[in-house]
Amino acid sequence: MCRALRTGSLVNRLIMLSSDALKRIDREIAKYPPEHRQSAVIAALAIAQDEHAWLSTETMDFVAHYLGMPPIAVYEVATFYEMFDTEPTGKYKLTICTNLPCALSSAAQAAAHLKQKLGIDFGETTADGLFTLKEGECFGACGDAPVVLVNNKRMCSWMKPEQLDGLIAELSAEAKR
Amino acid sequence: MNAPSEFLDYGPDALILAGLNGRNWGLGDYIARGGYEALKKILAEKVAPANVIAEVKKSGLRGRGGAGFPTGLKWSFMPQQYSGDKYLVCNSDEGEPGTFKDRDILRYNPHILIEGMAIAAYAMGCKRGYNYVHGEIWDTYERCEEALEEAYQAGLLGDNILGSGFSFHLYNCHGYGAYICGEETALLESLEGKKGMPRFKPPFPASVGMYGKPTTINNTETFAAVPWIIRKGGEAFLNLGRPNNGGTKIFSVTGDVERPGNFEVKLGLPFASLLDMAGGMRGGHKLKACIPGGSSMPVLPADIMMATDMDYDSIAKAGSMLGSGAVIIMDETRCMVRSLLRLSYFYFEESCGQCTPCREGTGWLWRVVNRIEHGQGRNEDLDLLISVSDNIAGRTICALGDAAALPVKSFIKHFRDEFQYHIDHKQCLVPAYV
Repeated sequence: MCRALRTGSLVNRLIMLSSDALKRIDREIAKYPPEHRQSAVIAALAIAQDEHAWLSTETMDFVAHYLGMPPIAVYEVATFYEMFDTEPTGKYKLTICTNLPCALSSAAQAAAHLKQKLGIDFGETTADGLFTLKEGECFGACGDAPVVLVNNKRMCSWMKPEQLDGLIAELSAEAKR
Repeated sequence: MNAPSEFLDYGPDALILAGLNGRNWGLGDYIARGGYEALKKILAEKVAPANVIAEVKKSGLRGRGGAGFPTGLKWSFMPQQYSGDKYLVCNSDEGEPGTFKDRDILRYNPHILIEGMAIAAYAMGCKRGYNYVHGEIWDTYERCEEALEEAYQAGLLGDNILGSGFSFHLYNCHGYGAYICGEETALLESLEGKKGMPRFKPPFPASVGMYGKPTTINNTETFAAVPWIIRKGGEAFLNLGRPNNGGTKIFSVTGDVERPGNFEVKLGLPFASLLDMAGGMRGGHKLKACIPGGSSMPVLPADIMMATDMDYDSIAKAGSMLGSGAVIIMDETRCMVRSLLRLSYFYFEESCGQCTPCREGTGWLWRVVNRIEHGQGRNEDLDLLISVSDNIAGRTICALGDAAALPVKSFIKHFRDEFQYHIDHKQCLVPAYV
């Protein structure tokens, strides 16, 4: 009863995602037995985050409603996995791995270059709202170090200062278009 | 997807990664390399599932994800007579610092995994399988989705595969940034749509796994070795390596070498030869230390490493573990305190928080190493680090606790003078680049 009330509230029923996103989520749900819709929660949140850039409580509530989960179970997942953002980020979230194997191939210098270039530290966003910088843990691509992820999905390999400058210029130009 | 930056030379003995150029990942190319012959053979000849498992046992194949457990034995734990759902899961959540071999299998030869999983499903009677891919390698995940689609279209997956009556449905799914999900029971929790907190064992997944059903979980490279074993025989695979250490292994070499990358070699190759394949030490520097099996394994100093062969038993004898096959090379300019500091932070950051010794201990380790690195170390700190490590190791549900403790103990064991120097002189013994 309690759960039905929560997941059935007006807020949760507001459609927070586009029909395309819902179609993609349905495709993920179909990968699991019908009684295990919850298995699709990571994929559903990733799709939702791609659409809204971050996960607001309203978005998470909607995903909970859609998958038939208690909202708290969705919040747990969203806060447990590093690549989810439950607070607004800049237009471009840059995550750089600084773990030991990457550090041995100049990732620390690359991170320092990014901080200096953008004028922000890890966990901060530039004043123009364009860039958020994050320190990542192992991406499983150590041979490509230094490695930068743009908005979780685009992996940029062998990012020396020159390539980093190029990436920032490219994204800045893209944002202006 | 990033194009490969250079010719992909995985070494002359490659089996899993043989003949790849970064573009020939599709079904047609895979079939031209002899792909799906093994699956077709067991389906056409209606080989008894028990015989498939026996062949894998004979091969000496051991789990390539880190623990090195004999694969055939693991498969034999699945209840053969069980009539309900059984699941097969591939652990492609490759996030052990230094390891990036599964990514190359998945993006450059994805069908070898599909075929390996289909054979495993046949051997264990699983109707459904999941390939759980590390969240950060998104283009690789999309490649897996494309390959899966090709396999379904060709009737190599799905209902009644190639008219044999055998059905297997395989799906890709992905994580989203949690190292702990590489632990098999945490991965199962994640697959069920929960936080990735490891489960207490026993019961083992073969009894109570995904959705509470019998489940077998293997690493990507483990499944990828299976088609060759079925095609050429378990004994041939075993003979490539050494007794109890069958076959080839992909080593991911990183750090201070000229050519970081993946190299697939016969188990038992001398470490010095592997180092040569990676182009030798960068800039002519000297080898100081090596972590031979991923960041969770004990570090070894140069002299021990240079006398060691790269197989499970030899590395264990030398005092470390082969783990996932991530070989992290450090030269004489590297500060061991600073190196350990970064690893300690990683385990502190990635501890799921479920078990008190790990949740509290990893933070404690990091803070103590941090103050040593920053010139505020105390004389009793090295004993304190050992004591905290001893109180984590073996006292947690999963191996992350051990993984946090082992590096600390080994760094202090082999490089105690460097740590002591930091404490005594408030500065570093070596000009650190890290």
